[in-house]
Amino acid sequence: MAEYVLETKGLGISFGGLHAAQDVNIRIKKNQIYGLIGPNGAGKTTIFNLLTCVYKPTAGTFYLGGEEMKGLTPDKINQKGIARTFQNIRLFNNMTVVRNVMVGLHNRPEYKCSVLESVLRLPRHFKMEKQMREKAKELLRIFDLEQERNSLACNLPYGKQRKLEIARALATNPKILLLDEPAAGMNPHETEDLAKTIRFIRDHFDMTILLIEHDMGFVSELCDELTVLSFGTVLAQGETKTVLQDPKVIKAYIGG
Amino acid sequence: MRLGKIKINHYINYLLIGVLTIVLGSITLAGGKFDNSLLFLLEKMGFNIILAVSLSLVVGFLGELSLGHAGFMCVGAYLGGKVAALLVPSLGNGLITFSIALLAGAAAAAICGVIIGIPALRLRGDYLAIVTLAFGEIVKSLFQNTSDESFGGTLGLETPRFDRNYLFIIAFVLVLITLAVVQNYIRSKHGRAVTAIRDNEIAARATGINVTKYKLLTFILSAAFAGVAGVLYSYSNYRVQSAKFGYNYSIEILVMVVLGGMGNINGSIIAAVLITWLNTWLPTKLTGDLAVLQNLLYALILIVIVIYNNAPGLKGFRDKYNFGALAKKLIMRKVDPSRINDDKAKWDVVPTKISMDEILSVDMKQQEVYTDRKRGGKD
Repeated sequence: MAEYVLETKGLGISFGGLHAAQDVNIRIKKNQIYGLIGPNGAGKTTIFNLLTCVYKPTAGTFYLGGEEMKGLTPDKINQKGIARTFQNIRLFNNMTVVRNVMVGLHNRPEYKCSVLESVLRLPRHFKMEKQMREKAKELLRIFDLEQERNSLACNLPYGKQRKLEIARALATNPKILLLDEPAAGMNPHETEDLAKTIRFIRDHFDMTILLIEHDMGFVSELCDELTVLSFGTVLAQGETKTVLQDPKVIKAYIGG
Repeated sequence: MRLGKIKINHYINYLLIGVLTIVLGSITLAGGKFDNSLLFLLEKMGFNIILAVSLSLVVGFLGELSLGHAGFMCVGAYLGGKVAALLVPSLGNGLITFSIALLAGAAAAAICGVIIGIPALRLRGDYLAIVTLAFGEIVKSLFQNTSDESFGGTLGLETPRFDRNYLFIIAFVLVLITLAVVQNYIRSKHGRAVTAIRDNEIAARATGINVTKYKLLTFILSAAFAGVAGVLYSYSNYRVQSAKFGYNYSIEILVMVVLGGMGNINGSIIAAVLITWLNTWLPTKLTGDLAVLQNLLYALILIVIVIYNNAPGLKGFRDKYNFGALAKKLIMRKVDPSRINDDKAKWDVVPTKISMDEILSVDMKQQEVYTDRKRGGKD
């Protein structure tokens, strides 16, 4: 077992002449909550897109549990163990809440059921459907969404949609969970609730979490380590407290 | 509505078509005779339902537009008809020949589905619509330009036929099989993956769904059933002429799917029956110069439905006269308690997701600065 759950080595991408990310080295240990912060346009979401293989890196590579992950497709990378949420929520809006989570369970080996088995309605199909529904309900219970399981995802209030997206990502049984601005658009009360949920996920699922966030209070309270990006390059890295007091970081945020 | 563990509304379509098949079938088998035109109409309804249900798989559930469904049917009709014509001398014109022809037609259409699907489904956007549109026309002219010995050229391929008194029974059994396969596929984890792709492809990919695989699989399944409908067509007509499978027919099938409601299989069936009937009834009313109006009608239906379903101005009207909800009220007296949501009403107050996103994704600090500046400028 490698020392780091996720490790990037000189990861970078250029769009033509624009270096959206350059020489990014991040090392995330197991069970860590790791923060990725930086001003707007610093390349945080770009890093997420690189890690989920939406973009192909033009430089460097990254490893999940010691295994090189470069050059896979987004669905393969998810099956390998990187799950994500999106900055602007992307749910399956016309499907019920419980089905959203069941889509997340789709690739789990314990719920394997071939197309033929489903079409012929063999016993395995019913068994698997029942187990998946139970598992999905169990996940929804954790996120306090069980009551709403049969309503359409688009009818959920904003905070619950965010929670559902996390539940769906967790359903894929990842090794690391990438959260893209989970607290965006939430009021202080909801943010506090979310911080609790994230900590609970880490402890309960033995999960490693990488998150992007703008809310500094949220970050300093929650994250063990930070990487600060500015114009696609790493500005500072390390323990949360030290990084947030770094004059370079303060300058990048406040300007001067 | 539930009967024990079985949901009745999942099986109501099998039930209705099954009962109809058994009743009409036993009448003919007992020696009763129906009017020939009625029998022809029933056969037509049979293969049109198969076409509509299979197209609804692609258009309604996968969310891709296919404008060449008649092309796949054409392939099935020609290949199935040819195989049947070759086999009749040795195996006789029976169910064995028909089954082999059916498999051959479905397989041929499925192979065309693979050839079309692999390049077109990898791309995003309207490529599939364009490619399938071209495919339908290409297939049509290909068969038109074959020699007389191979596929009959412009005259069409002469195919073996079944006794009209019994063919409709086979057609309806095939409808039931199509329904079973399509509905079982949709109501499984695989169907869930397909609807997930329709709802949000990027999210489906990020959730580990193999998007290309499911798109291709669904498209091939749909093409194969169009092939089945084609073989049925070849058995119900004396000649298979490729001119019949033009663009207009593809649009007609699309109108059935849209009229029935996207992703609503029962609706597609009803629409298929209605339009098939309209197709035989209208020509008796619209004669001479008015015959042109028939094609216009489908275009008109399509436009009206699209406007009705999407126009924001009609939202109030839609909510007030929601036929789906009305039917539910009439059919469902008891509502399953697990389906009731106490605070559903509260959620209805929340505006649509898009506007919520627009409001909330704005960086608050930036906006403050912006408004401050604007105010400063005015002062």
